[in-house]
Amino acid sequence: MQYISNTAKDKADMLKVIGAPSFEALVANIPKRLREFALALPEGISELELDRELDETGHANRNFKYSVTYLGAGNYDHFVPAVVDRLSQRGEFITAYTPYQGEASQGTLQATYEYQSLICELTAMDYSNASMYDGASSLAEAALLAVRSTGKHRILMPATIHPEYRQVVGTYLSHIDVDIVDVAMKDGALDLEAFERALTTDTAAVIVQQPNFFGVLEDTKKIGELTHRAGALYIACVNPLSLGLIEPPGEYGADIAVGEGQPLGNPVSFGGPHFGFFTVKEPLLRKIPGRISGMTVDKNGKRAFVLTLQAREQHIRREKATSNICTNQALCALKGAIYLSLLGREGVKKLALLNLRNAHSAYDRLLKVKGVRPFSKSPFFNEFTVHIDRDPKKLRESLRKHGILGPLPLARFFPELSSAYLVAVTEKRTAGDLDRLVKAIEEAR
Amino acid sequence: MSELIFEKHSFNPASWLPALDGSEKQYVSRIPQDRLRKKDADLPSVSELDVVRHFTVLSQKNFCTDGNFYPLGSCTMKYNPKALDAIAASTSYSQIHPYQDEADVQGAMKILYEMQVMLSEITGMDEFTLQPAAGAHGEFCGLLMAAAHHKARGDKRHKVLIPDSSHGTNPASAALCGYEVVTVASNAKGHVDLADLKSKLGPDVACLMMTNPNTLGLFEEDILEIAQAVHKAGSLLYYDGANMNALVGICRPGDMGFDIVHLNLHKTFAVPHGGGGPGSGPVGVKKELIPYLPAPRVLEKKESYTFEKDAPDSIGKLRSFYGNFGAIIRSYAYIKALGKDGLKGVSENAILNANYLKARLAPFFDVPHRGACMHEFVMSARKQKARGVKALDIAKRMLDFGVYAPTIYFPLIVEEAMMIEPTETESKETLDRFVAILTAIDKETSEDPQKVLDAPHTTPVARIDEVRAARHPDLRYRRPAEPSDGSAASFARTSEQPTRV
Repeated sequence: MQYISNTAKDKADMLKVIGAPSFEALVANIPKRLREFALALPEGISELELDRELDETGHANRNFKYSVTYLGAGNYDHFVPAVVDRLSQRGEFITAYTPYQGEASQGTLQATYEYQSLICELTAMDYSNASMYDGASSLAEAALLAVRSTGKHRILMPATIHPEYRQVVGTYLSHIDVDIVDVAMKDGALDLEAFERALTTDTAAVIVQQPNFFGVLEDTKKIGELTHRAGALYIACVNPLSLGLIEPPGEYGADIAVGEGQPLGNPVSFGGPHFGFFTVKEPLLRKIPGRISGMTVDKNGKRAFVLTLQAREQHIRREKATSNICTNQALCALKGAIYLSLLGREGVKKLALLNLRNAHSAYDRLLKVKGVRPFSKSPFFNEFTVHIDRDPKKLRESLRKHGILGPLPLARFFPELSSAYLVAVTEKRTAGDLDRLVKAIEEAR
Repeated sequence: MSELIFEKHSFNPASWLPALDGSEKQYVSRIPQDRLRKKDADLPSVSELDVVRHFTVLSQKNFCTDGNFYPLGSCTMKYNPKALDAIAASTSYSQIHPYQDEADVQGAMKILYEMQVMLSEITGMDEFTLQPAAGAHGEFCGLLMAAAHHKARGDKRHKVLIPDSSHGTNPASAALCGYEVVTVASNAKGHVDLADLKSKLGPDVACLMMTNPNTLGLFEEDILEIAQAVHKAGSLLYYDGANMNALVGICRPGDMGFDIVHLNLHKTFAVPHGGGGPGSGPVGVKKELIPYLPAPRVLEKKESYTFEKDAPDSIGKLRSFYGNFGAIIRSYAYIKALGKDGLKGVSENAILNANYLKARLAPFFDVPHRGACMHEFVMSARKQKARGVKALDIAKRMLDFGVYAPTIYFPLIVEEAMMIEPTETESKETLDRFVAILTAIDKETSEDPQKVLDAPHTTPVARIDEVRAARHPDLRYRRPAEPSDGSAASFARTSEQPTRV
């Protein structure tokens, strides 16, 4: 496949205008030694052959369309209505450049402003940026912001945070003089007593995940009160889809609220691309990383949108920028904005309730199965952990046999939790799906 | 006036979701009151048709490569093949979860593995990570690995050298890693000043970050000597791959002596820009640095693929899961489609097109650096500035002709800089039309300068008051606080009245 339109004649004409005898003359200044290599790649293929080949490779993936999935842990199988892809795949959105030239980018800029507004409403926070790479890196940048703005060197990061998020925060802070302190878990939630003991006045920030990695709803209000009493910043990492029902971070005192935006209109897609949202309360506005779209007017007084507060960013401040982020995840955030618009005020509540209902009725049903035991008594939203006392290999085979993906064996992250499984149940799961799961567990002997 | 989605009011029952049946109430009671939401999120209530219209109309206000020529230097706005979008959206690739058993996602893992191999081959490096989500993320990754490398050798190096012509993300990424940034000067030809470089190399320098060709589109002819000097001082050489479109199939950064390379898949490798992402910033390394790669690596074992389980020296993770898979698979398909010769054709034609434009524009605009350029070149609007019209004004006037403006005021070392990168996918006809537009605008700078100074005239908005945006930030919608009975009419009463257009 070639996407070149230059004919031999075009090339000859252009070389004549340039005044060069050949293409090689244009690259004659490259040391000869560097030209001596052979690209060990196969020849190109037609679109027809490409389609066939990628289709075949794809068959080696078991996907959700033909299996039922109970996998969550940060990426969830939610229903995305057709409008989201139809609109976001428009060439005008997908092949537009970063909106530096505002007059040529009002579509992207206004959509970004609306995205920022929607996320602020959902999280009850004051300001949002245009998006980050994902929930984990968004959380890491929040931790960095907290350390820089408080000048303190201690971060409390509970064991109930997603293990990969903990790793990412660790990597981002690896070269900084900061103590990342673990806080133990109790009954699947943050151990409040251990937390209080660990919370010293030299703590820059406290991180809480809501719902947490095990699906449990934390006592975010109490944690917030304790955090502020100790003079630390409160960072909440939340599931945006839960906010149709669950108290948003802005209401329980979060100074920074971040999270994974995938549940909002983005396909799971083997883990990416998605987007991280990043929101703050007013006092931290000038420290926020990344792009922000602002409303203003043009020279005729007409409403217009433009990237603003750019003095925080890398292309202006270079090494003094609040972050190095340039390309973010604009198209994914756009999908989120369209999705939230389609949900609307009532839909966002309805969706959360559908998730709650499906997960809780599944939980009740599973606990009736012999060998399934509770992991914790704490409340949850659409994901929960249970013990399944079966040989893991036999369970895996039985699940496979019944066309089920997941639930997630927590032994993957916590070898000591060898019988624990994380079960995500979204609005997509039916009673029939649940029958299959129950059967698979029962037959795993 | 362009209405916000919040300013539109029509009924939205969200009937694309199944109805509730009342059974959810018993489960709500299991959640402690203080963890339940009390105040509704004030999201818009707009019918599906109105949502479709709203975003459709918004999209029509955008320039885009599908509709407009975008000669943006250093951005490589080439054609984004639709075949790639179709593949990424297919069920086999979009409806799979990163935590599925490896046996169930061998197709996805094959793509990741083969992509690592292909990118290594194209750049002359030994192994790649596909984890970083963008170029800046890749820079951060590369610098963290450089730090790990020096630390493992017991070497205390706290400085990073960066040319004064570099992209802003370079120093920002270095600062993010806790490095002190030291600027290396460019000489009169825009190349890294060897003498200045040698004077700044030392036992406290972790690495030199640079790109080749440089941000003026010129091949760094001293690159082999630069690499030698850097390595002699015990430092590493980092390649910012933003300009890779000049080199594909022509020469390879690995062969030049670079130790770490990042690529921008949303530039050279045809992933669409999306209005600001998602992109992908894979990072390649020479084998000494492999132990530091982010975890997990994808390995091949007896014709099947697996994630590496133990990587004690890895820098850790930069994001959750494995990378922007949807972007990676697009580039994978692109590389497969083009193949060996197609890839060479990319750079050959990119270089040819850029030199052609440079030759045709040279009579009208100042081109500070004569001689062949690579895939992009910088010209100066110095002559036009003398007539009272600046690069910014010319850029805005180009919009009236349906062409997106080139990159302006970058690199900082050229006055009234305009950086032009046509890419290889443009036809000669488009290039000739672009020349005609620029020469027409140049004529206007003498005969009718006000027309240029007042541009753009035909875009949805005229020149934007950016100062006001920064001085009085309005960064999100807030509905005016007034009690309402929840009806659409009541919303209409309380929402802001449109200002005069």
